[in-house]
This record gives sequence, structure tokens and C-alpha cells, in this order.
Amino acid sequence: MRHILAVLVENNPGVLTRVTGLFSRRGYNIDSLTVGRTEDANVSRMTIVVEGDDLVLDQVTKQLNKLVDVIKINDITADEYVDRELVLIKVNADPAVRGEIMQIVDIFRARIVDIGRKTLMIECTGDEGKINAIIESLKPFGIRELVRTGKVAMLRGTKMTSLCDEKEKKDNEEEK
Amino acid sequence: MMFSGAEILVKSLLEEGVDTVFGYPGGAVLEIYDALYKSPLRHILVRHEQGAAHMADAYARATGKPGVCFATSGPGATNLVTGIATAYMDSVPLIAFTGQVTCDLLGRDSFQEVDITGITLPITKHNYLVKNVENLAQTIKEAFHIATTGRPGPVLIDIPKDVSLKKTNFNYPKTVNLRGCPSFGPGDPKRIKEAADLIMAARQPLIYAGGGVIISGAHKELQELAELADSPVTTTLMGMGGFPGIHPQALGMLGMHGTKYANCAVCECDVLIAVGARFDDRVTGKLDEFAPQAKIIHIDIDPAEIGKNIQIDIPIVGDVKQVLHEINRKLEQKKHPEWQNKIARWKEEYPLRYENGGSLKPQYVIEQIYEVTRGEAIITTEVGQNQIWAAQFYKYNNPRSFITSGGLGTMGYGLPAAIGAKVGRPDKVVIDIAGDGSIQMNIQELATAVSNDIPVIVAILNNSYLGMVRQWQELFYDGRYSHTEISGPDFAKLAEAYGAIGMRVTKPDEVRPALEQAISANKVVVIDFVVEREENALPMVPPGGCLNRMLGG
Repeated sequence: MRHILAVLVENNPGVLTRVTGLFSRRGYNIDSLTVGRTEDANVSRMTIVVEGDDLVLDQVTKQLNKLVDVIKINDITADEYVDRELVLIKVNADPAVRGEIMQIVDIFRARIVDIGRKTLMIECTGDEGKINAIIESLKPFGIRELVRTGKVAMLRGTKMTSLCDEKEKKDNEEEK
Repeated sequence: MMFSGAEILVKSLLEEGVDTVFGYPGGAVLEIYDALYKSPLRHILVRHEQGAAHMADAYARATGKPGVCFATSGPGATNLVTGIATAYMDSVPLIAFTGQVTCDLLGRDSFQEVDITGITLPITKHNYLVKNVENLAQTIKEAFHIATTGRPGPVLIDIPKDVSLKKTNFNYPKTVNLRGCPSFGPGDPKRIKEAADLIMAARQPLIYAGGGVIISGAHKELQELAELADSPVTTTLMGMGGFPGIHPQALGMLGMHGTKYANCAVCECDVLIAVGARFDDRVTGKLDEFAPQAKIIHIDIDPAEIGKNIQIDIPIVGDVKQVLHEINRKLEQKKHPEWQNKIARWKEEYPLRYENGGSLKPQYVIEQIYEVTRGEAIITTEVGQNQIWAAQFYKYNNPRSFITSGGLGTMGYGLPAAIGAKVGRPDKVVIDIAGDGSIQMNIQELATAVSNDIPVIVAILNNSYLGMVRQWQELFYDGRYSHTEISGPDFAKLAEAYGAIGMRVTKPDEVRPALEQAISANKVVVIDFVVEREENALPMVPPGGCLNRMLGG
């Protein structure tokens, strides 16, 4: 089963290597990993999508927790969450088919962000299913280049993956 | 007042109560060695950096205090790697300082540059590259905290040469603020209650104790638990000395080279209490058939060890000493005469034994070492048959008296370990029980022992084979001894060339006088025991086999 882990880490040099090194040497598979700064400049947040049964997830979480630079891990898979991915697609677009492509772009509420002589660059955000669907729809035209960011995810409502544990607990209780 | 990074390093070590460092100078640590020159710190100059790491490691194991080693950049740093990995696998608080090229040369493949923080990433608990002298004192404070708290482990600090040169103010921090470094207490009271209830309900309990007992200083609490629950105790290789070897409830070691009676007890116990142990493959044998009838209680400070290899019924995460204290408070005196009788029968039926004929037997040498030292020595070992026999035929009654590379299985560990242990515990007789193969891996450290006047005894069980590998070739490869016959120098003469005392023993009746002479000499002594060549370390569980089906059991 696939799990989404929200991991808060110290924004120290080498922290990404520490995390990915742990996955590779213990033989865990990463589906995707994104990382960026958070509201706190000293803290980065990783969204890691990992494939494995409960035993593997248990070990992944515990081993990650042992890294000194890892502050907090939250497996949000079982909760209500929003997840998004962004994709840039450069697709073959002779003048004859541009209209058709623009219709697809509209359907997916995507955007055209660049026009070349024979190509269009399309930007699309959404969950994984939507991204897969737009890629499938554009394939017949010939995709020249494609880049995906991997997943970012956040819990819905007032639930949080943040450092203020106490506040979080209180908020969660209020929500209930 | 302003101090250089090197001076700050030395002052910080003194603040941490460090008295001895083991190391080897070089270009990138010239500043640090210059600061050492003026300091009260004792520095033991080794002959190879691997020796420095092992010495610091064994100093830590013998004393319970963190060990410290120094090396220069590049090859100096990479030479530490085996020592750091050894400490990592056995949870030893080791702090390694390495020099590094100046910050402006980093990443340019400079002379003697190596990415040692990258290399040691998977074998340290944490590591640092300090690029700003302002952060040095705080980093050292954190390193000592990380290395010594929770499950201990090695920490490496890489210091570029210009950082050791730059000056700043020195205020050694009083506290650390590490959000990702949790502390552990006495464990979940609910789980402790469940564990105590299960132990009270047990009819055939067994305690399986590992190195965590020694690290946590929980040997008294363990003995109390064993006596209250009337439970036999088997220890892992790392747990030797955590429970008195001469105690009537002691079963010795379990696992691949354990006693048959310990392994039988594992197979038939109804409650297994794992204390500071990690269900290593050398202990469990075939996982599906490990303790098949038992409910398992697992007490460990590292949450990641719970359920890693085996399903646990009652996990307790916490400091072993505190957890045992809490459990013991909830126990009443139990008696299990039937279980004890069963175990007594196994002990009678399957004792540890060997044929003592005309030739010199390695097991006999170890028994004699035990008798001559009355079990009060610190024993270090190399890796292989020597290590197994040292675990089987010497009875360890005190914690921190058996120092061996358990997890990594590092040949060449024993001699530097003996030196490190002797530096930490000069009051103890320290003996390295070695093989003729292993000893040659770090034999250069004889010079360190002699020149620093560190009187250790090296007892080489010399069979001119890589004995354990030969044993596997005999048992599992139809006796094809592929490259396991190994020659060595005349060890007695070599010892003398180093300025140590060298002896050679070939007959059983020479063993005791040689040992007595070695101990009373109070010098570095190498005794070359020429033993039976094809003696096997038995009994043995074939790899992947079930614990109670042992060869030679």
C-alpha cells in the first residue's frame, strides 16, 4: 500500500542525503519525494510517498525518527488530506491540432505557459489521477518533454503537521 | 579572550571531562595537534588510525565514558571508517574528530580531501562538517549529547583546517537544543503492568539479555528480575557480563554458537523476556522457529528495534535499567522447580565440552586464563573461533569485562581494544584473546602499547588457519580449504622486536606458568599458544537452521 509521509526536518545541509540514504540502504522504495521550506525558515518539509506494507512503514517511520535532523513524521494516508502535483508538458502542436489541444487544456483547467513554433508548453496541477489523465490525453500528439514535481500534501481542516504539538492537540479536540 | 578553533576543541573536550584521546597527526590537524601540545589531555599516538578508533571504542566500553579519537583528512579519516562502523554496530559512544581541507578547497578534489561526512553517513548516529568556528563549541556539545544519550553511537565532527585556525570567543554551552533527539524514561506504565503480569503467569520463563543491559548499567536489576521470576538467563555475545556467568541461573550464550541448553530453553520457554537485545540473525537462527511457544516481552531504548525482526507481544520502549526497576517492583517471588529441573537435565546432557588429549587445546588455554585471572580480567577478542571460545570458556561475572566486536565482527579489533581498555581501566589485567589471522590485521599497535607503557597481554591461539572460515569449509564445503591456511611471523620474536615480551607455548602444562609470568611481568606480553590445528568451535547451529538442532551439541 502507498503511504504519504509528511516529514519535518531541520533545514541543515545534507538532510536530504540523510533521508534518501536511509531509504536506499534499508531497501525501502520511494515513489516520490518533494522538499521545500516551511513557514519556519529553520524547518523544511518533505512529502514522501512510499510503497510498502504496515511492517515496512513502521520501520521507515522509526528509522527516520532516529535521524537527528528529523523533527517529526506524520503518516497522513489514513486522514483526510489534499494532495497536489504539478506537471509541465511540452507537446507537439502543429497549427492544425492546436485547437484540439487547447480544448483538452480547458477540460483539465490547465494552462498554456509557452508557445514554440511547433510545440506548446502546458502547466497543470492536480492530484495524481488528474495529472495521469491529462498526460494520457496529450500522448497522441507526441509528448516531447515532461516533468512532474511529485506530490505535496496537507491535512484538511485544523489538523496540522506542525511543531506546536500542544496547539495541535487542542485544535484537534475542538474540531471533534 | 579569543581562542582558535583548535584551542576551543581542546577546551571543549576538557569541559566534557575527557582525559585521553587516541589519534594520529597530519597536515589538516596541525593546528589541533599544536593546541594539544600545550594541553593536559593525554594523547596516545597510534600506528594506524583504525587502531585509534578501536582504542577509543574499547575505552568507552570498558569505562562507560565516551571515547575520543583524532585523525587527519583524507586517508586518515578513511582509516577510521572500520572503527566507526564497529562502534556503530555495537552502540558505542565514540566521538571522532577529523581534519579537513580548508573551506575554500572543499569540493575540488584537493590534496587529502575526502567527503568523510558522506562516507560515514550510514555508520554514525550523526555527523557534522563545521564550516564556521562560531558553531564549533555548540557542535561538540551536541556531539557528546547525541553519542551518549538514548541508544549510544558514534558521532563524527569534520573540521576544516581554517576553522581550527580562526579565532573567536569561547563559552562552552550548558545545554543542547535538539528537537530531533528524544529522551527516554522508564517506559509506558500500562505496558510495564502487562509485562509484570505475564512474567508472574509464566511457567517456563526465560530472560534473553543483550548489550543494552551493560550500556544501561542494569546488571543488578537484571539479577533481581531473574531471581524474583526464578527465570534462567541467557545472554548474547554483547550481553556477556551483564549477568554473572557463575550464577546458577546463567545459561551462557544463545544462538549460533550458544550452549545447547540455552537454545533448548529458547525453544521451550513460554515467556521470553528480551532485555536490551535486538534479535540478531546470529541469535535467532531460523526466525519462524525462534521461541515458537513463547509470548515475547521486548524491552529496548530504540523503538526501531521493536518488531524489526520478530513479532512482539509486549513492547516496552525505555531505558532498560529504569524499566526493569519498575517491573521488579510489581513482581512477587516465584518458583519454577519443574522448569529448573528440565534445564538442569539439559545442562547435564549437553555441557560445553571438548576433548582434552595430548595436544594443546584452545579451549584449555581460555579455561586457564579464567582460572589464573580468577575471572577478574578484562578480556578483549579478535573475531572468529577465538571470539567464540572466549565467550564459551571464560565466565564473565562483571559488566564491561568482555569487549568484542559483536555486530560488525571486525578482525583486528582485539589488540587495539585491549590497549584502549587498559588505558581506561589501568587497575585491571587486560588480555586480548586472539587468533593468528586476526592479530596480524592490527599487530602494529604493539608499538603503541610498548611506547606508551600500556601493559596488555596478547594470547594468540595459533592454529595457522583462519579457523572459523576453515571450520565452515570443513562443515559446509566438503573440506575444500580455500585460502584459509595462513602463515604468520614468529610471534614471540616479533614481540621482542617491538620491545615486548614474547613467549611460545606448545604444551598444556606450560600454559599456566606462562600466564602467571605474563601477568606478574606487568609489561606488554605476547604469548603464542600453538594449538590443535583443526579444532572446531562447537556446538553450532548451521546458518538459517533452528536453534535446538545443533552440530556437535
